[in-house]
Formats: sequence, structure tokens, C-alpha cells
Amino acid sequence: MTDDVLLTILIVLPFVGSLLAATFRPNARNSEAWLAGGVALICLFLLVFAYPAIVERGVLRSEAEWIPALGLSFSLRLDGFAWMFALLVTGIGFLVVLYARYYMSPNDPVPRFFSFLLAFMGSMLGIVIAGNLIILLFFWELTSIFSFLLIGYWHHTAGARDGARMALVVTGFGGVALLAGVVLIGQIVGSYDLDQVLASGEAIRSHVLYLPALVLILLGTLTKSAQFPFHFWLPNAMAAPTPVSALLHSATMVKAGVFLLTRLWPVMAGTPEWFWLLGLAGMAALLLGAFFAIFQHDLKGLLAYSTISHLGLITMLLSLGSPLGAVAAIFHMMNHATFKASLFMAAGIIDHETGTRDMRKLGGLFHYLPVTATLAMVASAAMAGVPLLNGFLSKEMFFAEAIETHVHSLLDTSQPYVAVLASTFAVTYSLRFIHSVFFGAKPHDLPREPHEPPFWMRVPSMFLVLACLVVGIFPAATVGPYLLTAVQSVLGPRTPVFSLAIWHGFNLPLIMSAVALVAGALLYLALKNYLRHSPVGPPVLRHLNGRHLFERGVIVLSLKWSRAAELVFSTRRLQPQLRILLLAAALAAFVPISMGSLGLQGPDWSDLDPALALVWLAGAGCAIGAAHQAKYHRLVALVLLGGAGLATCITFAWFSAPDLALTQLLVEIVTTILILLGLRWLPKRFEEIETAEEPWRRRLRRSRDLGIAFVVGAGMATLAYAVMMLPMPETIGSYFLERSYTEGGGRNVVNVILVDFRGFDTLGEITVLAIVALTIFALLRRFRPAPDNIGSPLQQRRQNAFDEAEPDRKAGDTLGDYLVVPSVIMKWLFPVIIVLAIYLFLRGHDLPGGGFAGGITLATAFILQYLASGTIWVEDRLRILPVNWIGLSLLLAAITGMASWLFGYPFLTSYSQYVDIPLIGSVPGATALFFDLGVFGLVVGATVLMLIALAHQSVRKLRASRTTTAQAAREEA
Amino acid sequence: MALLLAACIGILAGSGVWLLLRPRTYQVVIGLSLCALAVNLFIFSMGRLRSGAPPVLGSTTGTLADYADPVPQALVLTAIVIGFATTALLLVVLLAARGLTGTDHVDGQER
Repeated sequence: MTDDVLLTILIVLPFVGSLLAATFRPNARNSEAWLAGGVALICLFLLVFAYPAIVERGVLRSEAEWIPALGLSFSLRLDGFAWMFALLVTGIGFLVVLYARYYMSPNDPVPRFFSFLLAFMGSMLGIVIAGNLIILLFFWELTSIFSFLLIGYWHHTAGARDGARMALVVTGFGGVALLAGVVLIGQIVGSYDLDQVLASGEAIRSHVLYLPALVLILLGTLTKSAQFPFHFWLPNAMAAPTPVSALLHSATMVKAGVFLLTRLWPVMAGTPEWFWLLGLAGMAALLLGAFFAIFQHDLKGLLAYSTISHLGLITMLLSLGSPLGAVAAIFHMMNHATFKASLFMAAGIIDHETGTRDMRKLGGLFHYLPVTATLAMVASAAMAGVPLLNGFLSKEMFFAEAIETHVHSLLDTSQPYVAVLASTFAVTYSLRFIHSVFFGAKPHDLPREPHEPPFWMRVPSMFLVLACLVVGIFPAATVGPYLLTAVQSVLGPRTPVFSLAIWHGFNLPLIMSAVALVAGALLYLALKNYLRHSPVGPPVLRHLNGRHLFERGVIVLSLKWSRAAELVFSTRRLQPQLRILLLAAALAAFVPISMGSLGLQGPDWSDLDPALALVWLAGAGCAIGAAHQAKYHRLVALVLLGGAGLATCITFAWFSAPDLALTQLLVEIVTTILILLGLRWLPKRFEEIETAEEPWRRRLRRSRDLGIAFVVGAGMATLAYAVMMLPMPETIGSYFLERSYTEGGGRNVVNVILVDFRGFDTLGEITVLAIVALTIFALLRRFRPAPDNIGSPLQQRRQNAFDEAEPDRKAGDTLGDYLVVPSVIMKWLFPVIIVLAIYLFLRGHDLPGGGFAGGITLATAFILQYLASGTIWVEDRLRILPVNWIGLSLLLAAITGMASWLFGYPFLTSYSQYVDIPLIGSVPGATALFFDLGVFGLVVGATVLMLIALAHQSVRKLRASRTTTAQAAREEA
Repeated sequence: MALLLAACIGILAGSGVWLLLRPRTYQVVIGLSLCALAVNLFIFSMGRLRSGAPPVLGSTTGTLADYADPVPQALVLTAIVIGFATTALLLVVLLAARGLTGTDHVDGQER
């Protein structure tokens, strides 16, 4: 098997298994366990199989191109250290799967569990065998996500949700920091490839960016490994199912942080910054973790704090920068994984069998669970560092390193004392774990009568305990060579001589161990009675609660600050915000103007055309009038707005833009109808609104707004004038003019730009149009008018009252009489306008017109019928389905674009040719016409949909009142 | 001519901005429409003003410099249509807000 195949299978198989596992039945515990166990076992065998090659060649590599432009390749590498870690992940992963088969209840939806577990395993393997820091980071984030999902597996409990969220926030924050740190490293080295990074240690350490990169990477790794002061998420993650805690929160995920630190140890360690930052964090975690662990009552809580403490020990060993420290750290990673996973399993069994994990309630369980008790005792002895167990060996190495002087400082001097103290605490909590659960008075009022679990549930734990013993007794013969391979792959030529033996003679480390064991036992005896009734957490320090701080932080961020931000930026204060926005825009425009780059010329009235001046005299009057009247005289303002629009329209026509003039005119019509339809739902306003505002304040506010309006208007005018006076530079316009006919097959350059050259933009724009129309439609379906608008308007009521009073008239006749002439004209015009619309559309490629203009024209034809004869009359005779128009037209436009793929051209390439049609003659035919047809149909659909949806509100109200009247009549009857 | 158009753009924009700053939703709708007119004219004027330039390519030969700049025209053409759509959306949102809050103040409450 080649390296490529091996490494690819290692990384792909768990994810494939994860997808498969997700498809099983909810209660398929057996088949899930077979699948997950099989995947883990295959990976395990592959690793075992690969070991000789690693010894022989050092590193197995696989590389595939990924983003060559950025110098990134998808590279995987498996060296001795990665191998050891991968073995831990798959080996403990397999045991945890076996354990979980019995741990999970038949009521738990297991596909989700095993699917996440396998995906986690894959992500963890990804971290371990990544050959590139970016890939490592990717899998790093994946482990955070799957850890979140697994902690929150029982998402019906609040603890699980909170714990999962906290873990995600903390590790996610670390992930971002790590990303920044990795980018810095990449900048320093010039590559993200791990081999190259490992080869440039000197360059990294001497670089200016070393300290920022170090701090960022430490933030990432310390959060992941739950080190002080980010440790608090780990105890809260204990809400996860116990198999998850055994795999993620003792053996693998929390080790990812120290894994990366070890990976980068050769290039980053050895500086005072490294020693101090990492040393302090590690020491704090070691000591505080162990101290807090003593005072936990939850079995898993104790184990969680103990994990923090042991990870602190590893961090501290790494901080020393000495090769022997790194050896001890790597060795302890393995040892801790074995005994801690087995302890978690034991805690899970106890929880499973008794229904509680509270050590104050438990006791005397040795009587019921002798095998489990024995296993747990051996494992916790390893945790305490009792001789003949693996925990003892690495602890001895730690003591030996703590005595050595590395960097002359208080931190270094204090290390042996701290080590002994933390070790004492470790003995105390290990003793407590065993004594309070398995010995003492037999428990009463337990939720369940305890008995031994199924045999296979104990097997994983048994296996791990056996490993602790074998490694502890014959270290050199069992784990020695593998440890050496792992150490060599990290340290390379700096690999020190180390001996794995139980007996090194009477030396200082042994004495320290003995002191810790005795002192720890004494401390437990002293605290035993206190612990039986004490609240959770150590005295005094229990108030130093990371979780509370975190929650307070979350509340401050997501509640208090967001409320404060809402007050300032929310929709409740639109006016001030708009004012600030406008002032900022005016200011931004003023800066370049004041720098004198405008080159403004004096006013030049010489070429003024009196006709256009008259048009704009009216236009400007209309604009100012609209601004003045919009508050009390809405209809007047609307009419005046139309006047300003018409002046604009004439201006477009005047300055050689017939397409714009046409479109502007048509849009003015539909806009006017639209706003007319909306007027009915606005409140009546006859007089000044009563407010508490004093008159002088109102005047001040208005003059200020007037000032802003004046400044903005004057600024716009100045800017426009300045640009218009500049000579025209060479623009892309000539490109379009040159190619419009030869390549686009059309003489109307504006239209050719829209449907051909910039067709993709137009496709985007009609999509926006469609979205807006559908949004309006959706909004109006739930429209609730204000109470004072529900009744019919006064005029309608009067007319209807008149109609009903006359015996030969029915409601609505008066309105019909008023509109009789216009409605006849509009009905007659219907076909004429349709023909005009089609004409405008067809000639668009060569003459002013096109899809936009044609579409609005056709929409106007429909709307006029509504105006002439009323919604009900029209809809009895004509069914327009605007939503279908929108959908089909968008589809047509997209398909026209895609059709060019068939001929091997890019999206929306058009083809044009003149087509001879009998009787009519030579007609320009371009595929862009189909695209324009899409534009046409969509504009029709969108415009009609918006207007009709608004018009329907009156009908809906009528129907609603009709049903209420009918109901009232029925009730009376 | 440029001065006239510039002045008109200024007046349209000024009237529009005055209305945008008003508290009543209808004023904002009208103001936005006025601003849209101003902005469209502004973009259009970036292609310089030329009366009588042929808008479509003729069969007669001439230099391309005789034609009006088509790019701002194409930009403004879609802007006009999109402007209508956004005005409609704004109007409907404001009507819905008026129905929900009972007031046509832009902030959703009288102050």
C-alpha cells in the first residue's frame, strides 16, 4: 500500500463511516457499534501496519494539489509522534465505541451519536496527520464543532446546551486566534507546509512577529487544552455522554492543544517568552486544577479538573524547553490518556448502575461492583502516581525535570515545590474518588439497585488498566521503542538519552513522590468529613468561578451591549441616524473639494436654451412644492412629484437618451399608480400633530434639516457642474459603440449593452426585481391595516348610500357612471397598448425600446383595465398569473444564458443574424432577443404583481366585511 | 446648459433630502423618489450633455465620437426600473409598519 492510499484512507474512512452511520435506524445500537468499531479498527490496523515504514523512513507523506496559486497543497504526513497520537485516537476510539454500545440507552437516537463520534475521530486524525498548518486548522475547527454537537447530544437538558455552547465559544475563540497565529507563522516562513515550518525554527524565533504569533498560538492551544484561565469550559462539558468525555475530554481533543504545542516545540520553544507564558499557564492549571478537583462532588467533575491539572503538567513540561521535558510531556500524554479514559468509563459505569455521580450519595459500592472497583482503583492509583503504574513513570520524569534549573527565575525555583504540592492534591483526589465511592457506609436511597454491568462494558476499561500495569512494570520492553520513535520525530537530532525504568535508585524524585503520597493521604483524612457536606468547590476560591464570569460576559455582550447598540443604531432612531449618514456623506465629499482638486469654473449661462429652462422652472417648482406639501396634501405632493419626473423625462430626451426618456415616462405612470394605491392606507392628517415638543425646538429641528438639505443639494449641484465642465476622457463607451453592431448585432447600443455585453448584470437586476416583487407580495398577504383605515372612504360611503337609497340602482353604479367614458377608452386601448408593448420590445435591439420599456408598457395595459373596471370585474374575465410570469421569465433568461454552453461559449454569449421573414422582410434576430424576452416577461410579472397585490387589499377588506356582515345576519337569525 | 442641469440636480436632491429627514413615512417615500430622480440625472450627466447626438448607430458612416455615451444610459435605465421596485418595497413596508404600530412615524412611535 502506498503512503498516499494509506493516509487518504485514514482521513476519509471515518467521515464515510460517519455519513453511513447517520442513515441507520434510531435504535440500531448493534449495527452502529459494528460499523463505528469496524472503522476504528481498520484505521488502527492500518496504523500498526504502517509502523515499520515509519521507523525506516521517518515520515510518510502524501501530497495533492489544492490551491497552487497560494502555495497551498493538501498534504498529509505521518511521523512517529503523529503515529502515536493516531494510535491513541483510533485505539481509544475503538474501546469507546464498544463501551458506548452498552452505555447508550435504547431510547437514545444512536445514529446521531455514532455519526458525530466517527466524524470527530476523522477530524482528530486530520489534526494529527495534517502536513500543512492550514489543513491542521481546518480539522482543528471541525473537532470544535463535533465536540459541540457531542456535548450537546442530550440537547433536551439545559446543562448540555450551556456546556456545548460554552465549549464552542471558548474553543472557537481560540480557533480564531490560532488562525491569526498560523497566518503570522506563514508570513514569517513563507509557507504553511509543516516540513518547511519545522525547518525554519531560527527564523521564527528571531523574527519581530515571534511574540504576537506565539501569543496567538498559545491562545488557540490553551483554550483547546482547557488551560488556565480558559479551563472552565471543560467541567461544564461533562454534560456530554460519558463515552464522549472519555474520548474527547480526556484522551484526544483536549490533547490537541498540547499536541500542537509539541509539534511546534522545536521551532518555538526555548525562548524566555515561551518559558514564562507557557510555564505560568501550565503551573496555574496544574495546581488549581488539582486543588479544585478535590472539592468536586460530581465524579466526572473531579475527573475534569484532574484532566486540567494533568494537561497543565504537560504544558509545564513543554514550557521548560529542555529535550527531556519534551520526552516526559509526550510520555505523559500517552499515560494520561490510558488511565483517564478508563476512569471516565468507570465513572460512566457507576452512573449507569446507580443513577447518580454524586460522591456524597455514593459509598460502599465495592460490595456490588467488585470488578469495576478493582479496575478503577488501579487506574486512579496510576492517576495518583503510585509506583508500578504508568502514571508513576512520567511523574518521576516530571519531578526530575522540575528540580533542574532551566531559566534562572522565581518561576523555575518554585517548580519543585509546586510539583510536589500538585502531586499531593492528585493523591488526595484519587483517594477520594476511590474511597468515597467504593468504601464506607453502603448507600441508601440510590435511584437504582447497583450491580455489575455487562461483561463487554467492562472490557474497554479492563484493557486500558492492563495497559497501565504493563507499561508501568515493563516500560522499556513495551512502550520504549514507540516512545523513542515519537520523540525522535519531534526532537530529531536533539533527542536525549532517557531511560524508562521503575528504579532509578534513591534520588530526589523518589523522595518527592513519597512525600506527595503520604501528604496526600493525610490531607484526604483531614478533609474527609468536611467533603461529605461541603458545597461544590474549594473554600473561598469557589467564588472565583470561570463559568459565572463567562456567563456574565455573554450577558454583557449579547444583552447589555446589544441593547445599548440597539438604542443608538436601531430602527427606533432612524432620523438621527439618517442625519448622521447624510452629514458624513456631505463631509466625505467636502474633503476633496476643499483640497482644491475640483477645478471649478465660473458660471456659464451662454448656451442656455430657454425652452429647457422653462421646463426646469416648472420641474424645480414641482420638486420644492412636493417637499413642502408632502405632509398635509399627499395627493398634491404626488402630482408634483410626477411633474418633476416629467421634467427629468424631457431632459433625457433633450440630451440624446430616448431610451431613458421612454423608460422614465412609463415608470412615472406606474409609480404614480402605485403611490395612489398606497394613499388609502395612510392616516388622515388635517392639522399639526400634537407633540410634547416645544415650538422653538421644532423650529430649530426644521432649520437644521433645512440646512442639511441645502448643503447636500448645493454639494450635488457643485459636483455635477464640476464634472460636466471637465473634458470627456476616453471611456469604455467607445468599446461598446465599436462592437455593438459587429458583435452584438444591434444598433441600439444601450439595449445591446443591457442584454448582451452586460447581460449578466441585467440577469442580476431582474433577479432583484423578482425578489422585490415576491417580497411585496408576501408582505401584503399578511397585511393588517390600521383600525382607522378599515372602513370604506367617505366618498365611497356617500356614493353607495346614494345608490342604495334609489330603488333602481345598486352599489357602485355612481362610480361606474363617473368613469363611463374613461373606462370605454381604456378598454378600447387595451389591444392597442399590447401591440405597442410588443412593438417596443421587438424593435429594442435596433431602436429605442427593449424588454424593460415593453414590459412596463404591457403592465400598464393590465393596470389600466383594473383602473377602468375594478378588480373584481377584471379578474372575472382575465387571469394574470404574475408569479408564473416572473418564474418562467427568469428561467427563460437563465436558459438562454446557459444555452451558449452547448456551443462551448461562456454563459450568456449571444449570437446574432438577420432573418428573412416573408412579407415583413429582413428582421434582426439575435439570441439576445430571448434573453430580452425574459426581461420583458419578468418586468411585466413583477410590476403587475406589486400593483395588484396592493390593489387587492381593498377587495380583501371588502370581502372580510362582507363575511362579518353575513355572520352577524346569521347570528341574528 | 450644464449649469442649469446641475442646479436642477441640486434642487431635486435638496428637496429629497429635506423630505428624507421628515418624520412621516409618506414624506420619506416622496423624498426617496425625488432623490432617485436627482441621482439618475447625476449619473446620466457623467456622460456629458449632448443634444442632437444620434442615439442609435446609423448606417451612414461617421466617427464614434458623434454618438452619445451609452454606458451611463444603460446604467440609468436599469436604475430607473430598480428604483421603482425599491420605492414599491419601501411603500409596502411602511404601510405594513403603519398597520402594525398604528402610526406613520418612521420610528414606529410618536415622540
